[in-house]
Amino acid sequence: MRINDVILRTVVKVVIFIILTLGVYLFFSGHNAPGGGFIGGLVLASGIILLYVTYDIDTIQKKMPFDFKKVAALGVLIATGTGLGAIYLDVPFLSQTDGHFQFPFIGDKHLTTVTLFEAGVALTVIGTLVTMILSISEDE
Amino acid sequence: MIDMILLISLALFMVAITLHLIRIIKGPTMPDRAIALDTIGVNLISSMAILSILLKTTAFLEAILILGILAFIGTIAFSKYIERGVIIDRKSDH
Repeated sequence: MRINDVILRTVVKVVIFIILTLGVYLFFSGHNAPGGGFIGGLVLASGIILLYVTYDIDTIQKKMPFDFKKVAALGVLIATGTGLGAIYLDVPFLSQTDGHFQFPFIGDKHLTTVTLFEAGVALTVIGTLVTMILSISEDE
Repeated sequence: MIDMILLISLALFMVAITLHLIRIIKGPTMPDRAIALDTIGVNLISSMAILSILLKTTAFLEAILILGILAFIGTIAFSKYIERGVIIDRKSDH
């Protein structure tokens, strides 16, 4: 029996952009406001899980050919890499720094190295959460 | 005056959530429970917005958005499980 779920697919095609935009916004508002790598990663992973629920595993794997276990491993590698970089610069492990930089057109920006660490945390959360949900919901 | 109105509406939202809990526990069929869970999500979002008016802060706005997204995904997963018995398909059937 063919199942007609055109309403769900049409709604999700619009809503997925809102969810992914909110995830990226929460990721970048991390060090001054509520948000950060963990919560941004959770929102991004829930958007990916919404895609898996709406479509199916084969379609999403064809369009998004990542092995999510390797995504989690890459995240842990980035997060510990920032800590080891601090040791290389002769300061304690996981020390972070920040600074104000002048750019030609966009003006003064506040850049931190915490953002790199948070990127590792976000990738770890996305990989772990999608792997867990896909292993739980496997039917055979 | 306006604080009094906001507090009364918060209390009424709590009463509504309690009534929905009764519907979740007793509910004769599963779609009743799914709709009650979705309505609890809507009531929580509304009471969170009233709380952020009452405390004169904007710190809850991201939490409102995230709760709306999670209630949406939860309702979709619940209704897909009721309708087909499986949440994530292996391959497309058409």
